[in-house]
Amino acid sequence: MTPLGALFYLFAALGLGAAVLTATRRNPVHAVCCAVAVFLSVGAMLAVLGAPLPSVLTVVVYAGAIMVLFLFVIMLLGLPAGDGTLPPGRFLVPATLAAATLVALFALIGADPTAKTLLPAAMAGPAAVGTILFDKYWLAVEAVSILLFAALAAVMLLGRGKTGRKIAAGGRAA
Amino acid sequence: MIVPLSHVLAVAALLFAVGGVMAAARRSILLILIGVEFMLAAAGLAFAGAGLAWNNLDGQAAVIIIMGLASAEAGLGLALLVHGRRGGGTDRADSYDRLGEES
Repeated sequence: MTPLGALFYLFAALGLGAAVLTATRRNPVHAVCCAVAVFLSVGAMLAVLGAPLPSVLTVVVYAGAIMVLFLFVIMLLGLPAGDGTLPPGRFLVPATLAAATLVALFALIGADPTAKTLLPAAMAGPAAVGTILFDKYWLAVEAVSILLFAALAAVMLLGRGKTGRKIAAGGRAA
Repeated sequence: MIVPLSHVLAVAALLFAVGGVMAAARRSILLILIGVEFMLAAAGLAFAGAGLAWNNLDGQAAVIIIMGLASAEAGLGLALLVHGRRGGGTDRADSYDRLGEES
């Protein structure tokens, strides 16, 4: 096994373990901290797979911005903090369904003979990814930007409280 | 040389399944959202591995587009949670059944 392969398996084990911990913690702050570990592992795996730009963006956007937003909302709302793990009985039905799906998926993955060959170590620079993103996928980029703008507008509409609504109504009346 | 594509896809499938179980089993809106984020991250991992296997950059472009989608989803979901909580609700998914009622 090459050093890159060893790194991939190490971060895969770390990420999956942290994901299972996230799913079973009762305290939301602990769950979010484990989720940060999952996203850091996903970023490391992307770097090993030769995608430095998505890797850095995963660390900055997912592990940085989104998870801090989750922590901020937990603290803002004062969500109840239980302790320990959830009762395992609650996971019974979803875990059964997921296990069946995984068996089917692994059968599909294993049936492909070309999937056994080792991937070559390669790296794509940010400039090449940016070129293909804005050249071939400019429409998707525009769609995502419109989506982000719509989300921003909806968040501002939902986020203003009763006082904000009154100020807006008063502004219209005057 | 690094790992075969089947192992990358297996890791992505496992992470997707854990996220799906989390989104289905948890009651708190916040942890359901984190489960959906796991599923999106697993899809991005599969895209990056496939991009390396077929030696083109479309997979990496897809990861960046998925990331934008996930940001919009997380922001809007958390705003809905704050809105529902302000209106006297809880963070339990079961209590979100009053769409359209002005609180």
